[in-house]
Parts: sequence; C-alpha cells; structure tokens
Amino acid sequence: MNYLLRGIGVIATVGAVSLLAFSLPSGEAHGDGGGNVLPRLTNKAWQQECASCHIAYAPALLPKASWRRLMGGLDQHFGENASLDPATQADILRFLEANAADSGTSRMGNRVMQGMNPNEAPLRITETRWFVRKHDEVSRATWSRKSIGSAANCAACHRQADQGVFDEDTVRIPK
Amino acid sequence: MIKRSFLSALAILGMASAVAVAADTPASLMAQYAKQAGVPVSALSAPRGAALYRTEHPGRDGQAVSCAGCHTANPTQAGRSRVGKRIEPLAPAANPQRFTDAAKVEKWFRRNCQDVLQRECSAQEKGDFIAWLSQAR
Repeated sequence: MNYLLRGIGVIATVGAVSLLAFSLPSGEAHGDGGGNVLPRLTNKAWQQECASCHIAYAPALLPKASWRRLMGGLDQHFGENASLDPATQADILRFLEANAADSGTSRMGNRVMQGMNPNEAPLRITETRWFVRKHDEVSRATWSRKSIGSAANCAACHRQADQGVFDEDTVRIPK
Repeated sequence: MIKRSFLSALAILGMASAVAVAADTPASLMAQYAKQAGVPVSALSAPRGAALYRTEHPGRDGQAVSCAGCHTANPTQAGRSRVGKRIEPLAPAANPQRFTDAAKVEKWFRRNCQDVLQRECSAQEKGDFIAWLSQAR
C-alpha cells in the first residue's frame, strides 16, 4: 500500500513539474549575440505558428505596442486570415512583449528603438527607420526580384535569418 | 510490489499521453465531417473537392484567389506562401503528416476558407476536400 502511495506521489510530482514547465511564460533569452545577431529565443507557439507562413520574425524588431496591435488583428494579417485560438495568441503575445525592441533585452532592439517616436507602433518591420536605414542601398528592382519577392522575405538574403543572425557576412543577395 | 506500482504508473502516463496526442487520419476526419453534414461518408465527393481546390474567387484586393494559387495545381507538390516560404505538400500521399491533427485541420480551414471564399466552409465541403486530397497521387 505504501508503494502504491509512493507511486501516486511520483505521478503527481511528474505531473506538477510538467504542468509548471508548460505554464511558465515560455521563451528564454540565451544571451545577446551582439549588434547584428539576436539572442537565441525559444517559444514553441511563436516558432510553430508564426513560422508556418514566414520566418518567425524576432520580437526585438518591433516595440511592444506594435506587437499588441499586430496580435490583436490576426484575422486581417496583411490581407490574410491568420487567426489563432485565444490561449495560443496570448502565449505568443507574452513572449513578444517580454523580448520586444523596447524591453531592453537585446542590442538590436535598442537600435530599432533609436529614432522611433515613443507613440509610434508600426505594423511592418520594414517601416521602421532602423530597417530603412539599414537597407538604403537595396534598390526597388532588387526587392522585387522573383528570388526575393518582397522585403518581408528576410531569409532570401540573410541566409541565417531563422537563427537570428543578420550580420553582413551572412548576406548573399540572390540574382 | 514496487515493480507493480511502477508499471501501473507507466501505464497511466502512457494512457494520458495517448489521449493528449489523439491521432486523427484522413479517413477519421472524413467520417467526422460527413457526420456533421448529416450524410454518409459515401456521399463525400472527390470531384467536388477538386473543384473547390481549383476554382478561383475574387479576393479582397480584386486579384483571383484559389487554394491552388499557393498550394500549386498539383497538391502532391510543395507550394509557396505569399512571402515565399515553402508550404509542404497538401496531399497525404506526398506528406503523411497532413490530416492527422483535427485542431490543425480546423484552424487552416477556418483561415483559408475565409481568405479564398470570404466565408467558412461547410462540413460537406471539408469532407469533399479531404476525399479528393486523400486520393491525389
């Protein structure tokens, strides 16, 4: 009987630990990789949901207010319905806010915030002054190449974009 | 006794995880949608599913949209999202992961029917769609 109780105890502990693990605000930063390399972040829902249509854009590329607007309008997400169930949506927003450009968790985020008005909440990363300045040498014709498609396709040129690496050494602009 | 309670603990955990990842199949989803539509599974139609997949509709910005627009005319091939990301093939023959998770299937019907048809799909349409894709080779 003792053993049975102990067995139940083990199950309860395993259950409690795994419940905790899943309910904690997920998404840990693993250190800032420097100016053009983003901290390695993990959040299962962010990766799974956002990256089904495009790369999972790093939270440090927009401020919290932008992420709130964006996640509040997923049913009309740049012309597409990207709606989520409320629990997943809330989980992803928590992660985005915790690591947003104005959360102070990355150097890239600090740079994105430079030159942004405090009440600004752009929906497109490509509308931030930081993005425009960084890409001022890329012509309109280059953006619209078939191999690139649009400025939303980071990985066309930043070959390691999905790992948060944006330094110039990894850039190769396709023909 | 230790062994027995350990084994029963394992069994309980095993059952719990089996419930957590209830595996759906194209056939079980077709059965579900047929039931919802109040028709026998035999009333689901692959040709109607194919028509649903291919028919172009006026999209929000005036451009014609269809399932085939992103998933390509041949659903055993990979498609491309609007921003250029690869979409794995939709036909189970080419991608066995498809139609194995009811929640995921419902999520994408909800989104994509709104985008393509500007309305939700009926249970019958969903059943037809899977009927067609299940036999696409």
